[in-house]
Amino acid sequence: MKYELTCINCPMGCRITADYDGKEVTNIQGYTCARGKAYAQTEITDPTRMVTALVGVEGSHAPLSVKTQSPIRKPLIFDALKVIRGTTVKPPVHIGDVVIENVCGSGVNVIATENVG
Amino acid sequence: MRKTDILIIGGGPAGLAAAVGAYEAGARDILILDREEHLGGILKQCIHNGFGLHTFQEELTGPEYAQRFIDQVQAYGIPYQTETMVIHVSADKVVTCVSRQNGLEHIQAKAIILCMGCRERPRGSLGTPGERCPGVFTAGTAQKFTNLEGMLPGKEVVILGSGDIGLIMARRMTFLGAKVHACVELMPYSSGLKRNIVQCLDDFGIPLLLSHTVVDIHGREHLTGVTVAEVGPDLKPIPGTEKEYPCDTLLLSVGLIPENELTEMAGVKIAPTTSGAVVNEELQTSVPGIFSCGNVLHVHDLVDFVSEEARKAGVNAYRYVQGELPESGRAVPVEMGFGVGGIVPQFVSETATGTVNFMFRPRNVYRNAKVIVEVNGEQVLSKRTMILAPGEMVNLNLPAEKLKGLKEAPSILVRIEVPEA
Repeated sequence: MKYELTCINCPMGCRITADYDGKEVTNIQGYTCARGKAYAQTEITDPTRMVTALVGVEGSHAPLSVKTQSPIRKPLIFDALKVIRGTTVKPPVHIGDVVIENVCGSGVNVIATENVG
Repeated sequence: MRKTDILIIGGGPAGLAAAVGAYEAGARDILILDREEHLGGILKQCIHNGFGLHTFQEELTGPEYAQRFIDQVQAYGIPYQTETMVIHVSADKVVTCVSRQNGLEHIQAKAIILCMGCRERPRGSLGTPGERCPGVFTAGTAQKFTNLEGMLPGKEVVILGSGDIGLIMARRMTFLGAKVHACVELMPYSSGLKRNIVQCLDDFGIPLLLSHTVVDIHGREHLTGVTVAEVGPDLKPIPGTEKEYPCDTLLLSVGLIPENELTEMAGVKIAPTTSGAVVNEELQTSVPGIFSCGNVLHVHDLVDFVSEEARKAGVNAYRYVQGELPESGRAVPVEMGFGVGGIVPQFVSETATGTVNFMFRPRNVYRNAKVIVEVNGEQVLSKRTMILAPGEMVNLNLPAEKLKGLKEAPSILVRIEVPEA
């Protein structure tokens, strides 16, 4: 399959094309530096994203900001958001506290990014 | 009258780092004033990650980045007063503020650091015709609703302007279940980071319409839709290209304006190219003892650079209080040559020491260009770059001793040289 992507490493934003047969990325073209080539490789085979979102706080209308502790696989984003949105925490909560363990079987915890209570 | 050595107006990223910088330099009589309930400024609502790569070598969210500095301010015991609105600053450094707890107060400072940040360009400044209906928000206002208040402003969204806040909000609205139909950008390029275009638009199939703008806004009781048209090289809409986009929310991400009303009250000179104070390399304004840093001085792309600049302002404010800031001598103007916009500082003292930091915005996209600094027609710095773009501020650090001949120089010239075609 043919892939087309924009490199995110610098403002050049190189348009990179490559082929991927489900096993190996071949024919990577359009990159200017090694970072671009490496980006195409991972972005095609195993794209991941940090997810930042909000959970409810008991006794408060203001939400609490949270993030995945490390990037999760891209196809899991919306499932993870659903679980996060359905979560309410009880104060006090501190930055770094685990709010959801192993969200959607990603192996990654969701942690608080602000203090409350 | 209440007195303090260093008074800092604003407790956002600039004010916090200025306080930390002043304290670490030796200052012990510092006061931070902020109009909000909590310190941290706009970072509190920037819950996405990507802050602090330069300062902490890790990617933090806005609230986490702010908390690092708040923790430091609290560990040093630096006093701060929140829910306190500064309403006047005089040239002799008397600050007038109001708060519920203390009413009206006058505070005499020895030095003032202006850290008021910036605000968003509103709809009124665009001249877009159409109905004055609810449903039109600046992107930052919508961000405050979603991230601090836990409310969603609407479900069918169009975004005008592709600045980073607009891009970030495209993703946030999508995450919260809204449908973002398009991000419309007047210019033929986006001023947002590539990472944000890919991860906030492309990831969710949101089209970025370059060289397009909103030409009409519809809806009486509430927004029902906008008309989008293509623009020509003159940035004027091309008749016949109009297309209707039904939506209940229009977010504006069309630029930031430094918030300098207090600065002007103090009689500080404003630079038309940055809409911020005119400063020298020590970040001192045209009024001795008043310093400026962060987004109130010029709009930054990265909070890390705000913190760095503000620390320096804090150190220099303390040096001023101690009488250690050397008599500046003649101020040599910094001229903007080809391709250079919004340079800071606008003046460099002929007696400058240490490292002189220049920041500016390229006027256009330039590939394989050189950034050149000249004194008396001689190049003292020449730096090759792969790409320069208006969305990325150029940050040059130049040891003062490299600015040789500064005493005789009428000016310093900073310019961009593009390769010949």
